Amino acid sequence: MSPYDPFFTSGPGILASRARDGRLSRPNAPGGDTSSVDGTADLPASAARRVTALSLRAVTRRYGERTALAELTLSVPAGQTLAVLGPNGAGKTTLLRLLATLLAPHGGELVVLGHPLPAEAWAVRGKLGLLGHEPMLYRELTARENLRLHAKLHGVRAERIAELLALVALERRADEPLRTLSRGLVQRVAICRTLLHDPELLLLDEPRANLDPAACEIVEPLIGRASGKTRVIVSHDPAGALLEADLVLGLVRGRAKIIAPSTGLDPSELAELYR
Amino acid sequence: MTAPRTSSVVAALLRAQLRLELRTFESVPAMWLFAVTAFVLFHFGLDRDQLSGDLASGVLWVTLLLAALLAINRLYLADAEQGGFDGFLLSPADRTALLAAKVMTLLCYLVAVEIVAVPVFGVLLLQPPLGQALPGLLAVLALGDLGIAVIGALVGALAIRTQARDLLGPLVSLPLLVPVLLCVARATAPLFDPLHAGTLPLRWLVTVALYDALFGLLAFALFDFLLED
Repeated sequence: MSPYDPFFTSGPGILASRARDGRLSRPNAPGGDTSSVDGTADLPASAARRVTALSLRAVTRRYGERTALAELTLSVPAGQTLAVLGPNGAGKTTLLRLLATLLAPHGGELVVLGHPLPAEAWAVRGKLGLLGHEPMLYRELTARENLRLHAKLHGVRAERIAELLALVALERRADEPLRTLSRGLVQRVAICRTLLHDPELLLLDEPRANLDPAACEIVEPLIGRASGKTRVIVSHDPAGALLEADLVLGLVRGRAKIIAPSTGLDPSELAELYR
Repeated sequence: MTAPRTSSVVAALLRAQLRLELRTFESVPAMWLFAVTAFVLFHFGLDRDQLSGDLASGVLWVTLLLAALLAINRLYLADAEQGGFDGFLLSPADRTALLAAKVMTLLCYLVAVEIVAVPVFGVLLLQPPLGQALPGLLAVLALGDLGIAVIGALVGALAIRTQARDLLGPLVSLPLLVPVLLCVARATAPLFDPLHAGTLPLRWLVTVALYDALFGLLAFALFDFLLED
C-alpha cells in the first residue's frame, strides 16, 4: 500500500463517500468503513505524521448559533491536492481559515503538517501560505513595499522579492501603489505574498480569480500541480477542480456531501452540490 | 529562511504604518485640526486671553488626550480592512511585535501633534512664557504620551474586533486614561504657574511612570489573547 494513498472517512452528515476504487459508498455500510484504506495506517507514527499533511477528525466550527462546519473528517497526504467545492455559505472559507490557524475549531481534532491545532499553531505558521479573497496587502503601499514587509515578517531574504516579481511578470509595476493596479495584478502580488516563504502547504481560495488566461499560465508553475506542494483549493468550477485535484470535498451547509478521489468523479455529480 | 527577529519585525511594521500615514494623512492632520480648534474654542469659550496653573494644564492635557482618541480609533483600521491582521497572524513573528509597533506609531503621532499643538497653546492661551516650562514639560509629555500610546494600542486592538469599535474605543480607553490625565495634569500645573515656574513635582512623574509600566506589562500579557480567535 502506498503511503500516499488517500484516506477518506466521513462525519455523520455525509451522504456518500467514494472509496479508492472510485465507487460511491456509504461510510457506515458494510465494506464502506474506509478506515481500512488509510494509507498511513501501517506506518510508524512519525512517518504517518510526515506523509499526512492534513488530518481532520470530526472538526466542527460554529459562529454563534450557526454551525459553519459540522464534524468534518478527512485526511490529505502530503503532496496531494484537495479541491473544496460547494455553494456560497457552505463552509469552504471557514475550512481554509481553520487550516490556516486563523480560526480555532470548536470540536474535533485538527492536525496540520503534523502539528495539532490550535495547540501548536505557532509551529505551523510560516509553513503555510493562504491566498484568500482578500489579498492581505495594503492598498497605499506598492507591491514591493508590501512584499518587503511580509519578507520581514517571515524572515525571508530580500532577494526573494525580486525573484517572485520576475516570475509573475510584475517587475515594471512593482513600485506603484496597489490601489492603482488592476485586480488581476493585485492577485499576482498576492500570489507572491503567499509564496514568499516557500510554504509546504498552499491554501488557495479561488486562486485564479481576476487572472486572464496569460496570467493563469504564468502562475501555473507557482501554485499549480507543478509546484509539488500540498494544496487545498476552493473552487466553483467543478470541471477545473477535477482536473487539478487528487481528492474532492463537496460541502453543503457545513456538511460534507462528497469526499472522494477525483478520478472517476463526474462534473455533473459535483454540479449537484449547487442545486 | 531564518526565524524573524522581533526587532526587525517591529521596525518593518513601524515603517509600513508611518508610510501609510504619510500617504493617506488619515490621523495626524485630523489630530492637528482638532487640537488647534479646541484651543481656539477654549480661548473664546473661557473668555480669557491667558491661562495659567491648573486650568492651563487641564486644557492642554484634555485636548491632547481627546486628539489621541482620534488616532486610537484608526490605529488598526487599515489592518482590519485590508487584511493586514491576517497577514501578520499567518507569519511566525512574535505577536507582541505588533503591539510594540502600534505603541511606537501612536507615540510618533502624538509627538507630531505636540510639535504643532504645544506652541499654538503657548501663543493662544498660556500666560507664562512656554520656554521657561519647556524642559519640565518635555519630561511630562514623554511619560504622558507613553501611557496614552500603551493604553491606546491595547484598547485599539480590543475595539477593532467588535462591531461598535467607534464607541468601544473611547468607552474603554477614557476610564483607563483618567489616572494618566490626573498625574500629568498635576505634574504640569506647577510648570504653568508663574510663581512656581520650573518646579517639577517628581511624585506625579513617578506615579505616571509606574502606571505606564503596569499597563505595559498588562498589554504584553494580554495582547496575544486579543489577536487570537
